[in-house]
Amino acid sequence: MKKFLAIILAMTMVMALVACGGSNNSSSDSASAPAESTSDASAAPAAEPTASGSVYWLNFKPELDETAQALAKTYTEKTGVPVKVVTAASGTYGQTLTAEMDKSAPPTMFVITNPSMDDEWGDYALDLTGTAIANELSTDAYNLYNVNDPSKLDAIGYCYECYGIIVNPDLIEKAGHSMDEIKNFDGLKAVAEDIHSRAAELGFDAFSASDLDGSSSWRFTGHMINLDYVYEERAAGTVWTEQPASITGEFVPNYKNLFDLCINNSTVEPSTLATGGHDAEAEFKSGKAAFFVNGSWEYAAVSETVPNATMIPYYCGVAGEEKAGLNCGTENNWAVNAMASAEDQQATIDFMVWLVTDPDASAQMVAQLGIMPYKQAVESTNGFLNDAAEYTANGCYVMDWATNYQPDVDNYRAGIVSALNAYCADQSDANWETVRTAIVDGWAAAYANTH
Amino acid sequence: MSKKPKSGNSIIRQTRLWSPLFMGPVVAAFIIGFVWPFIQGIYLSFCKFRLIRDAKFIGFGNYVKALQDASFRHAFWYTAMFAIVSLVLINVLAFAVAYALTQGIKGSNLYRTVFFMPNLIGGIVLGYIWSMIFDGILSRYGTSVLMDSKYGFWGLIILVSWQQIGYMMIIYIAGLQAVPEDMLEAAKIDGANKWQTLFKVTIPNVMPSITICTFLGLTNGFKLFDQNLALTAGQPFIIQPDGTSIKTTEMLALNIYSTFYGSGSASPGVAQAKAVLFFILVAGLGLAQLSFTRKREVQQ
Repeated sequence: MKKFLAIILAMTMVMALVACGGSNNSSSDSASAPAESTSDASAAPAAEPTASGSVYWLNFKPELDETAQALAKTYTEKTGVPVKVVTAASGTYGQTLTAEMDKSAPPTMFVITNPSMDDEWGDYALDLTGTAIANELSTDAYNLYNVNDPSKLDAIGYCYECYGIIVNPDLIEKAGHSMDEIKNFDGLKAVAEDIHSRAAELGFDAFSASDLDGSSSWRFTGHMINLDYVYEERAAGTVWTEQPASITGEFVPNYKNLFDLCINNSTVEPSTLATGGHDAEAEFKSGKAAFFVNGSWEYAAVSETVPNATMIPYYCGVAGEEKAGLNCGTENNWAVNAMASAEDQQATIDFMVWLVTDPDASAQMVAQLGIMPYKQAVESTNGFLNDAAEYTANGCYVMDWATNYQPDVDNYRAGIVSALNAYCADQSDANWETVRTAIVDGWAAAYANTH
Repeated sequence: MSKKPKSGNSIIRQTRLWSPLFMGPVVAAFIIGFVWPFIQGIYLSFCKFRLIRDAKFIGFGNYVKALQDASFRHAFWYTAMFAIVSLVLINVLAFAVAYALTQGIKGSNLYRTVFFMPNLIGGIVLGYIWSMIFDGILSRYGTSVLMDSKYGFWGLIILVSWQQIGYMMIIYIAGLQAVPEDMLEAAKIDGANKWQTLFKVTIPNVMPSITICTFLGLTNGFKLFDQNLALTAGQPFIIQPDGTSIKTTEMLALNIYSTFYGSGSASPGVAQAKAVLFFILVAGLGLAQLSFTRKREVQQ
């Protein structure tokens, strides 16, 4: 019996080792074999895709995964070029990229989210200047240039988004107000405080929960904080093109205005925000709250039950904010791996061009992403992005995503979250001073730490 | 007389002949899975790198940075304190439970199973479950486990105690059952009371179990990661006037992890240097503790 067991164990181990080696071989075989065989088979129809390489797309957006997999399959059927799509689990993109890039067959197409990530990965990105995909862009507003060499185009935006405060106009009217009253912070404050004071009578409250746990805190430490950065830019009359070593925090009091309004006129007690566990989206969708701090990616979900939902800018008490627009930008930028073979690079660029020019493919992409800044891509159906365009058309200034320049992002934001937790439990001036320190001095410290 | 050694020799020869076949896979797996990554890890701690394939050798720079890092030093002291407190609590409680369950109480097997079960749940899941339990209680007082480092510390102690006492208990039970009956009987006849029997007979005889359990407890305490990440992830922070923050409940392993994935092109190398220091520390402590307790074991 023991002998038998020993033999089984030994065999399993050998099998495991063989399997390890074997699977590697087979996968690399399968990657190259179909490329050859199908290029023969489809030699006649596939006249345009000249590349013989393969594509490996490391996708950053979990919600895009299904569409991306389907499109990859379609593309392979059409052209014979193998396309592999891997999507990193939410919040683990950095880890996945680090692991995948070190493999013998690294991603040929990956995502660089912001300048500080470009500082780490830009060296592995191909210069996209003048490539077929770069020529398809309708704007260069979302491009990411190398932080050390501004003439090198490391990554190009494949979609852009906007964020602000999502409002349910029906509830505002039900409370006896109108959207026209909300044109600045004072208007917003009056409406929100009135709704909150009559919440029991109305059956709904002003703001949905502003949780500060990991699944939600980015709405405040990544997005809302952007208002300080943008107004600093505007006060200085510049637009950041590289990470500033420090910020002044001149508009942190305005951030406080809006943050206080959110947490004190809400469906939940401020002291419960640290733990989180509330479902802000569900509160808004079910008509329990009139305001919801979030972005254009929520449109599909929100418009199901609140078809009139609209988005307003972060009104926070800055002079002239009646002319403010939404926060528009992106952290979705495609890069092509500079270490990949020339064939794979060409195949990848061909695939990217197909994604943004093919009517069917681009329609599917836009349905998921909201909008794509490419000449031939179909138009957006996202109501919030249309709101953003309307603000711009009315002469309002766009709040750019200066937040993309945050240094040592995760640690910097975690510091702000910790300070905000203490503030929510006890809204004292001393606790807000800590928040201010985390925002302003935390920036300088994180910058110094990473440079 | 002359036959026996011969057959023994042929068995030895046979074993020698076939040993590479049987040892080979294990040795290969050990080298591939442990020795080589370990050597590479040490090498990388002297490098600046983002991808392993193009690591640049920079000497001791990473070590200097690691040792200058205030958050690393804080994590070290915090971890040390945590390891000591959890070591003592877990072992005392596990021994007490094991002792109680070897006294022939009805339903001992059921108790053993129930006490052992928390050990089967993964650390991340435990962290989230316990954070819900703690917050469920603390929210009544308008606070949370993330708000005060005292809650974070004791919360984590409760969590790992709950998780590991059952495991240590099994080891102690095995030790207690191996205490020779005749010694206990002799003690009884000699008129030793319960406490005397416990301290003069039982404990010296379970020293091997104590060695194992303190070793495990100490290294587990130092290496703790998932539970730390899921329960508090280092919150709350102390935001210092210069903007740097100290993550008050961050332990060494989590500090290394967040350094590695932090921004900045130098951070993986620094994290690697911290990891090597961490290894030296844990290995050194483990060995020291092992030789210390081994001396107290009695030969049966």
